[in-house]
Amino acid sequence: MQRLKPVDVVIAGGGLVGLTLAKEITARTSLSVVVLERGQPRKLSDYAAGMDELDYALRYRMMQNLSEETATHRHSSKTSAVPIRQYGSFNPGTGVGGAAEHWGGISYRFYPENFRLASYLREKHGNRVPEGLTVQDWGVSYEEIEPYYWRAEQLIGVGGKAGNLQGKTVDGGNVFEGPRSHEYPNPPHKLSYATTRFEKAARELGYHPYPVPTATLSRTYTNPDGVTRSGCAYCGYCTRYGCMIGAKAQPTNMLMPVLAKRKNFSLRTGCSVRRIVHSGGKAEGLSYLDAAGNEILQPADIVIVASWTLNNSRLLMLSKAGEPYDPATGKGTLGKNLTHQVSQATRVFLDKPLNAFMGAGGLGIGISDFDGKEGVDHFPGVLRGGNIRLMSTGEGPISGFGAVPPGEVEQEWGSAWKKAALQWHDRVASINTEAEHLAYRQNYLDLDPTYTDKYGDPLMRMTLDWTAHERAQGAMVAQIQAQIGKAMNGRVAPPNSRLLEKYTITQYQSTHVNGGAIMGTSPEGSVVNPWLQHWKIPNVWVVGGSAFPQNGSGNPTLTILAITLRAADGMIDRYMKHPGGLA
Amino acid sequence: MKRREFLSLPAASLGGVLFYTLAGEPVRIEAQTGEIKVPLRFFTTAEARVVQAACDRIFPSDQNGPGATEAGVVIYIDRQLAGPYGRDKYRYTKGPFVESVPEHGYQGKETPREIYRAGIRQLENFADLPAAERDQRLRAMEKTTFFRMLRQHTIEGMFSDPLHGGNANMIGWQLIGYPGPVMNYRDEIDKNYGQEFRRKPVSLAQIVGHPVAGWEEEKG
Repeated sequence: MQRLKPVDVVIAGGGLVGLTLAKEITARTSLSVVVLERGQPRKLSDYAAGMDELDYALRYRMMQNLSEETATHRHSSKTSAVPIRQYGSFNPGTGVGGAAEHWGGISYRFYPENFRLASYLREKHGNRVPEGLTVQDWGVSYEEIEPYYWRAEQLIGVGGKAGNLQGKTVDGGNVFEGPRSHEYPNPPHKLSYATTRFEKAARELGYHPYPVPTATLSRTYTNPDGVTRSGCAYCGYCTRYGCMIGAKAQPTNMLMPVLAKRKNFSLRTGCSVRRIVHSGGKAEGLSYLDAAGNEILQPADIVIVASWTLNNSRLLMLSKAGEPYDPATGKGTLGKNLTHQVSQATRVFLDKPLNAFMGAGGLGIGISDFDGKEGVDHFPGVLRGGNIRLMSTGEGPISGFGAVPPGEVEQEWGSAWKKAALQWHDRVASINTEAEHLAYRQNYLDLDPTYTDKYGDPLMRMTLDWTAHERAQGAMVAQIQAQIGKAMNGRVAPPNSRLLEKYTITQYQSTHVNGGAIMGTSPEGSVVNPWLQHWKIPNVWVVGGSAFPQNGSGNPTLTILAITLRAADGMIDRYMKHPGGLA
Repeated sequence: MKRREFLSLPAASLGGVLFYTLAGEPVRIEAQTGEIKVPLRFFTTAEARVVQAACDRIFPSDQNGPGATEAGVVIYIDRQLAGPYGRDKYRYTKGPFVESVPEHGYQGKETPREIYRAGIRQLENFADLPAAERDQRLRAMEKTTFFRMLRQHTIEGMFSDPLHGGNANMIGWQLIGYPGPVMNYRDEIDKNYGQEFRRKPVSLAQIVGHPVAGWEEEKG
């Protein structure tokens, strides 16, 4: 193994988290920062030629190459896992910018009680909670995280409308959200026709519709780093694509222009991190294979693990950096509290054309009347809810073709189907939900005993299934989705009832897989402390969705960015002055 | 070296009928004569004829507009199977291969190329059968992986950018009024509420001003 000259900070992963930390450290210190990224560099000018639904939305051209590395899944520890052989329920990224290049831009905050969910549920329900619930408090309060939410919103330029400004409820925003110190940096998007229909119906039903907050800019915007991006053009090539005009917040157009000017920053692409090298509670650095296949050790004073959520846990497990979680005893922390989000969608067939090919990843109208703690008490067995929204993300001609109301045709091919599909084409909208996924004792991550990656290292194994609670959440939101769909004067198709029967790896739900290297208040219950610093190896920081003790209902990226910015403050303002455990 | 195989198509059929949703009526233009010989990358001529005959039943050419034959869907599928997708370059293909529950999806070892070859073998003499008999044969295999793939690929070949070999003359996009990957709707997104906004389609190559190679062109 070739041993390089030491640097001050080495970061595994050149995505949103890794590059944000690199930007903060290189702006505020003179320390040398090296980012190791397994994928390739990207630039905005590549993205125009990527406006191709087949290669990008259907064949996942920007995502992790599954032939080299995937995860395995099983429904319970009584069965054996099989590999996720092709893309399905979530889409991990790769390359500079990671999944934040091809995200949709939706930028929710979590609710105040999300950060102290265990305490909240105990106060409200006592012991009357489902068997095996392992939700935990985050060790950081909403009040502590709020300034970081605000910084994150300015960095990526979120557009929206506040529903709670410094405790004062504001009509037209999400009136159920936690207090905001400031109005959003940008106004909401223009509305598509379909979203106006949803908004009107929801308001008539007495709900509180609001524009979905988004980092697909609603106007030209300059962020606090001086990076100017143009407003969204609603082309619809957004989620699963890179934005060719840079309206969407992407590390390549938001962080790389700043980092490119920093002399103390370097980015090495084509470099696959293999292990955190550590002994006696101190990390020496990261070992990796470079593009030419050379084994290299990059020593560093601080090691930051900043890859996608499952990869963070996997690198820790492969490096034996933490005590593996055992669901039988509840002991150990690494791999604990794996969560996804609870998805449910209702199709609504409408009387008018929607021009649904226009849109943006974050263009939508939502309600949160059955989200977080709201509205759930009317639904037995439901502890926490989810948002309900209609998004106009830009429908491609392939995936947008073929939907017909149930029972209208006998088979989904041939002349009769073609006729019906043409008749209903561009008249179908989908009302979607993402609901909070609570943490359970039996849902966790460990290393697969059978399947390996291209280097022969074990794949991450997900043991995950839905419980009665998620099915009750799904039934609740399906009822409201149908109610709104009917109020839109639409023909409503019932949701896929099988989606929440058993966890499926074949149908896309979201890329919001979280947990595994969770944050918390004690080393007995979590892998990292509330500053995302490893409890046992204080010069290792593990940053990302892997730190979520359980999942919120909103899209997680903004919360990931907020805890990343807070971790940067802890690292720079405190740890670098007095190295050691911060909590 | 393998003898090159071609698919001969009447020129008038391939993209010969243009269907403008804008105008609301089918309009025949480019009245080409003679035959076009399309070099095949994966299929034999006989296999291509079977696949074309099947796609033609999945998305037929009828009174509601052109179908898979005019769009050149078989050419699209041929190129996909010849490329990285067809040989599973980006699918996890390490063993052991274990059949699991439906929630785990396709766990097989066979590549799309192998699935097609085996599926086509089930369709002996298919291309020469009358339409009703072809429908019957396809209905009998509706639940197979091969048929599900064929149906999905037919839709892809109808509506993917013409750079992939299907959607000839953007015939599929004209059928549904899809304008192509237009970069800017800032002035249109909040107008035309409830009314069709339909432009004559443009392809990705036309928009960026140079040819764009699909993933299927990747070598190795």
